[in-house]
Amino acid sequence: MIEARQLTKLFRDKKRGEIRAVDGVSFRCEPGKIFGLLGANGAGKTTCLRVLATILRPSAGTATVGGYDVTTQPEKVRSSIGFLSTGTALYGRLTAREVVEYFGRLHGLEEGLLRTRLDQIFAALGMNEFRDGRCDKLSTGMKQKVSIARTLIHDPPVMIFDEPTHGLDVLASRAVVKFIRECRDRGKTVIFSTHVMSEMEKLCDTIGIIHHGRLMAEGTLAQLRERYACADLEDVFVRVVEETP
Amino acid sequence: MNRNIGIVYRKELRDLLRDRRTIMSMIVVPVIVMPLLVTALIMTSAKLTNKVREESPKVMIIGGEDSTQTVAALRTLSNITWVPASADFTNLISDKKINAAIGLPANFDAAIHAGEDPTVKVYTYEGEFKSMNAWQNLNWFFQSRRDKIVGDRLTEKNLSPSVLKPFEVVNTNVASPTKVSGNVIGMILPYLLIIMCMTGAIYPSIDLTAGEKERGTMETILCSPVARSHLVVGKGLVVLTVSLATACLALTSNGTAVILIKHLLGGAARGNDFPLVVEPSSLLAILVMMVPLAIFFSATMLALGLYSRSAKEANSYLQPLLIFTIMPAAAAALPGMELNYKLALVPILNVSLAGREIMTGALHWHYIALVFISMCIYAAAAVAVAVALFKREDVLFRT
Repeated sequence: MIEARQLTKLFRDKKRGEIRAVDGVSFRCEPGKIFGLLGANGAGKTTCLRVLATILRPSAGTATVGGYDVTTQPEKVRSSIGFLSTGTALYGRLTAREVVEYFGRLHGLEEGLLRTRLDQIFAALGMNEFRDGRCDKLSTGMKQKVSIARTLIHDPPVMIFDEPTHGLDVLASRAVVKFIRECRDRGKTVIFSTHVMSEMEKLCDTIGIIHHGRLMAEGTLAQLRERYACADLEDVFVRVVEETP
Repeated sequence: MNRNIGIVYRKELRDLLRDRRTIMSMIVVPVIVMPLLVTALIMTSAKLTNKVREESPKVMIIGGEDSTQTVAALRTLSNITWVPASADFTNLISDKKINAAIGLPANFDAAIHAGEDPTVKVYTYEGEFKSMNAWQNLNWFFQSRRDKIVGDRLTEKNLSPSVLKPFEVVNTNVASPTKVSGNVIGMILPYLLIIMCMTGAIYPSIDLTAGEKERGTMETILCSPVARSHLVVGKGLVVLTVSLATACLALTSNGTAVILIKHLLGGAARGNDFPLVVEPSSLLAILVMMVPLAIFFSATMLALGLYSRSAKEANSYLQPLLIFTIMPAAAAALPGMELNYKLALVPILNVSLAGREIMTGALHWHYIALVFISMCIYAAAAVAVAVALFKREDVLFRT
């Protein structure tokens, strides 16, 4: 489960002064559900997810991820999550197998279990053809599969996806969307950020609209449509943004 | 050692060794290219020097029509080609068409017989190899001729030539071949090792920090459970390994090149009878002294690399660092520069001076211990800074 309580992240910029990238955000995401963070570029989605993944420390407030506190137990939080974003690239000079093995070992998997899980995941994702190919020689779709295998190798209960389909072609995007659904079906807690409305509508059980670092609206797709009297999510989003002071 | 440090170390080393640029900077350049270039340069230079020495310099005699004895004696010199006199001799020397000219004053022979003090001028091209070769031959000729005339005059007056030479002075070396070679090698070897340690650390430190930021793998590793302190130690150990390996490989290959050059040149080159003796224990001691220095370099460069937004920016910080390394490393060879309590605390210079002491065998253990301890403290401080920077978000995400 993920529970954010008044989560705040401030940055200091020489020119712009203090920037509130995430401003008192609170939400809850249950196991077996997908929570979607919808927002424009620069709204605070990535910062929020980086704080949840303990890559950044919160300036105020806190969150628990998989039962661990992000401020006091960051290493345990990172053991409980699979984090996938457009910023999480692969080591080009290592093979697909070596990358996944590396992260499996860092997650403390014993060699026997690592082999078993690696074989299972590679078979499930259809990666055996390129398991010994160097990552810098793989296609974008293949690389995305390697990234997915990396996030799954330790079978984490929580999955964090930051714009995972950004820059992918239609086929690769569909594979990622399918993978996110499977995570939910296996009972994992999933949080997902995007600015693509159709993906939100297809995937998310609960949607949070974030703007200027603040969570402006939260609910199921049906609840949001009803609350803002709009037929589709794009109109809801525009209404929420326009109403923001 | 923490399990994760070992995992990070093995992965980073494997990753780095698959990079052609690492192989170039760690093995190909210091182990193959540099010794080959140095060997080729020295061999070519020795061959050219010998060839030029064998060639007769062209020399002109200006005047001397009334000094037939001196001119006849000069013309017996077999290793000089005599060319007809010309009034334009200074331009001919400057244009390298001839190599020297001898200006004999009028009535030179007669002036000598009369016991006067005439002056012979030898015109040369300062610094030009063939011209200097001609000067050496002519100087030797005139000195011999002068000694002979002095001898003849003393004999005429029934005096022994020893009147002008009441005693001999002979330089006798009492230092062992190890100390003689240690004195010279002690100036070169620590310098070479320090520079190779430094240059060996540049590329991996950039690749593992700013390079990771550029390739987007920094965020990937930061979301794994490995502690940031373990991550920086694992990366630092890789930089240290490459740095020390570069220094050791360069030492081996350059040592082999020196032995090879000595063998190939035989007795052909001047100074080739210089003893080349290095005690293995001294070599080992210098390598031990290099370890804290290499840690200091690795951690400092890792910190600078991490602070940089890109590999290009990291390069702009690290290249000037080479100057700050070369200067103190080379300063140890300055005359009068000896290890003392103050200099033992100056990083880089202290290791260079201690290395020289170790090689010459003039060991002041209290200074050497102070150098080692101070370098360990500097290395620990550099590691602490690198670890602290790895924990700072504004540095990790400075793009």
